[in-house]
Amino acid sequence: MAATATPTPKTNRIGLPVVEYRGSKTTLCAGCGHNAISERIIDAMYEMGVQPEHVMKLSGIGCSSKSPAYFMSRSHSFNSVHGRMPSVATGAILANKTMLPIGVSGDGDSASIGIGQFVHLMRRNLPMIYIIEDNGVYGLTKGQFSATADIGSKLKTGVVNDLPAIDTCSLAIQLGATFVGRSFSGDKKQLLTMLKAAIAHKGTVMLDVISPCVTFNDHEGSTRSYKYMQDHEEPVGEVGFVPSFEEIDVEYDPGTTYDVTMHDGSSLRLRKLHEDYDPTDRALAVKTLMEAHDKGEILTGVFYIDTQKPAFTDLLNMVDEPLATLPQERTRPSKQVLEEIMSRLK
Amino acid sequence: MATTNAGAASAQGESEPAASPKPIVNDFSIQIATVNGSGSQSANSVLLRSIFVMGVPVSGKNLFPSNIAGLPTWYTIRASKHGYVARKKDIDILIAMNAETSREDILSLRPGAVAIYEESANLKQYRDDVTCYPVPFDKITAAVCPEAKLRKLVKNMIYVGVAAQLFSMDMKAVEDSLRKQFAKKQKAADLNWAAVEAGFNYAAQAFTKNDPFVLEPMHATEGKIIIDGNAAIALGAMFAGVTVVTWYPITPSSSVVEQLIDFLKKYRIEKDGKANFAVVQAEDELAAIGMVLGAGWAGARSMTATSGPGISLMAEFAGLGYFAELPGVIFDIQRVGPSTGLPTRTAQADLLSIAFLSHGDTKHVMLFPANVKECFEFAGAAFDLAEQLQTPIFVLSDLDLGMNNWMADPFDYPEKPLNRGKVLSADDLTKLGGFQRYQDKDGDAIPYRTLPGTDHPQASYFTRGSGHNEKALYSERPEDYQNLMERLARKFETARTMVPAALVVQTGKSKIGVVAFGTSDFAVTESRDQLKKEFGVEADYLRLRAYPFSREVRDFVASHDRVYVVEQNRDAQMLSLLKLDLPAAETPKLRSVRHFNGLPIDARSVTDEIVLQEGI
Repeated sequence: MAATATPTPKTNRIGLPVVEYRGSKTTLCAGCGHNAISERIIDAMYEMGVQPEHVMKLSGIGCSSKSPAYFMSRSHSFNSVHGRMPSVATGAILANKTMLPIGVSGDGDSASIGIGQFVHLMRRNLPMIYIIEDNGVYGLTKGQFSATADIGSKLKTGVVNDLPAIDTCSLAIQLGATFVGRSFSGDKKQLLTMLKAAIAHKGTVMLDVISPCVTFNDHEGSTRSYKYMQDHEEPVGEVGFVPSFEEIDVEYDPGTTYDVTMHDGSSLRLRKLHEDYDPTDRALAVKTLMEAHDKGEILTGVFYIDTQKPAFTDLLNMVDEPLATLPQERTRPSKQVLEEIMSRLK
Repeated sequence: MATTNAGAASAQGESEPAASPKPIVNDFSIQIATVNGSGSQSANSVLLRSIFVMGVPVSGKNLFPSNIAGLPTWYTIRASKHGYVARKKDIDILIAMNAETSREDILSLRPGAVAIYEESANLKQYRDDVTCYPVPFDKITAAVCPEAKLRKLVKNMIYVGVAAQLFSMDMKAVEDSLRKQFAKKQKAADLNWAAVEAGFNYAAQAFTKNDPFVLEPMHATEGKIIIDGNAAIALGAMFAGVTVVTWYPITPSSSVVEQLIDFLKKYRIEKDGKANFAVVQAEDELAAIGMVLGAGWAGARSMTATSGPGISLMAEFAGLGYFAELPGVIFDIQRVGPSTGLPTRTAQADLLSIAFLSHGDTKHVMLFPANVKECFEFAGAAFDLAEQLQTPIFVLSDLDLGMNNWMADPFDYPEKPLNRGKVLSADDLTKLGGFQRYQDKDGDAIPYRTLPGTDHPQASYFTRGSGHNEKALYSERPEDYQNLMERLARKFETARTMVPAALVVQTGKSKIGVVAFGTSDFAVTESRDQLKKEFGVEADYLRLRAYPFSREVRDFVASHDRVYVVEQNRDAQMLSLLKLDLPAAETPKLRSVRHFNGLPIDARSVTDEIVLQEGI
């Protein structure tokens, strides 16, 4: 072999280089938080060694919902209609529950036009990762407020929002999602860790990721700007994650850390920053979120986790294989069955 | 409310019916007027089934209110030795059990009809041209049913006995039918049978038969089944291998999915106790269709059942399904209009809204089953078509077909294997070296697709609405959009050759043609006989079974001078679709026969309108 051969690129545990997790070139604005989130999704899938063909990407409509084109081109993707990604995802998961579904939505897509489907997806605990790329405005229609905008937040035009924000995390916790957290597109480490843990979870993972809109909502007076986030982000705890295929090498101190064993044997470690925070206590999680909001803090981290509750697909008691590709011998009952039914109708 | 089309007869003062009229055998209609929630359904089923067991062709229609209990409801049974199963315009025998409507009910009868009613209502005072049989229902009921709270239910069986006596029903047939009805409840069966006998015996001693209507055994129902259209659709879907079912309850479609759930639980649970299907009650119809399309995209055979209001809500997704080329089956059990009022009445009025459902240039494939057998067969065909054509397929039934019981030959087992359409496997992709999702490789405008989970690095593609090129890449280039739209139009032409073809009955001599579809078929079949027998007019007939229209339609119109399009809506919706499809020179031949009062169309109305327009 020639000495000038190009070095073999670094690969993950299934032998794929990171380039196999990339997507098309982004068409979003330079500096858009959504691009950083796409990068973290690529990193998380690569580091977890997920087979790209086993991922389904789903989205609604909006800047956020365009972003599945910008990561993981080797995965099937469905950019559906505004606010209705949850139903499309539900159908796709019923057809093939062996896939890893990741849905990308926005604050308009989930909290306004799609709130009906959003709440029912949470209620069903559908096994998927559901990301809201949350910037508080409608970008593609040039900067109107969304329903997650805070009271008092100001548009570029000077218009002030006078309605309360919908807290998608509180909603998700109350309705039945089993892994709920908030992160910030600018917090590489926390977001990556949460995404890796999300991949290991079986049930609805709802991540609200604050993702500043550099064009329409990054100015003075906005509560979704990079500057505002830097000043007001308040982690509820430090998130650590050890995947099932790595050895745990740090001692666990029950006084300062919550350790959660996930469905695939991975370990999620939440180091307490807020005293007495318990991420398995739903009422406490919602109370903590409301209190932080009143103080003007934007709380981040994993707020709530439940690894026991059955996912929607478990409740349906389906066969192990994907329904989509079951052979006719299993899905069409025999001639005798039809004859039996006919004779009863005589 | 009268449920006949006839104006209230003003025949007061006419002479009594003749004492010994010429018998009318196996050719009459019975209407039972009751209150909904009173348990009359069992009694009516027993009546229907008894006539069926006697071998006489029979059909039953429930005209019910949008209400849980307490409002008027009518059940109509038609016995017809000719096998006619359309609604009969005139009622021959009224069983008036609802005091609130009984005056109006008897006033709506034609002279010479029969009325059975509660003695104390004294309906005779309103009509002396109707044969009256007053029955002391409460008195008889009290005698056979000591338990007061059951009397309301048992009372209905008294009229079964009275009718059995008056119209010469075979009591063995009645008992068999009753015991089948209460198969799992021996005590209830005995109590109800006692009531039937009490009614039978009362009528025997109290009445001298003074009307012409009698039943005689025939052999026309041997080997036949009785089933409602919604159950037939459910069976068709199960035998088509449906795996994902989503729904939002809405009258008159709910029983499609409710019955399907029962069938699936019985016949589609595997040996290990696991289900090879998933049924989800969605939060609304928007979610129901979204789930159908998501499942279809991921490769499942998916369906939902709904009615008009649900169709409206599904509009946006229907368009996405058309543009993104996603399979899925939507059963529309049509009813009258939105909101409350007449949601429990029938219509064929969703044609235009479905044909172009959504925004932009959209066109959808529709199938029109006309009987329970076609409900079964078209349900199966719809799943094949959806996957072959990669588009949503709409199957349009209606309340009359869906919720009423119909006689039919037993359904044939679908021997043809399921056709899952153009799906590429990982091996195919290796051989081909990749694929282009929206490329027309075969010249039929139907592209190839892959399913999520196909283990090949080139399997994936990006699904979105209208802005894509052949490689499924985002594109706003004018030529890419135009290419897509032209291919989709060509695909619709391919669909024309694949959908169930129109059925034609043609003598080759008649200048008059009739075009109908769905449940109008029953009335048209009978009306053609009336036209021939009463007016000497032989009308040819074409029954549409799908949209886009098969080629026979153009030829049929071309070979006639006048073509009557019969349909159950106000705006001649099918005629409008035909106008869009036919050459301009042919469209002046089209004439319209419409029926839209919420009741199923009847033959007499069709005949009268054709005769009027023909100027006979």
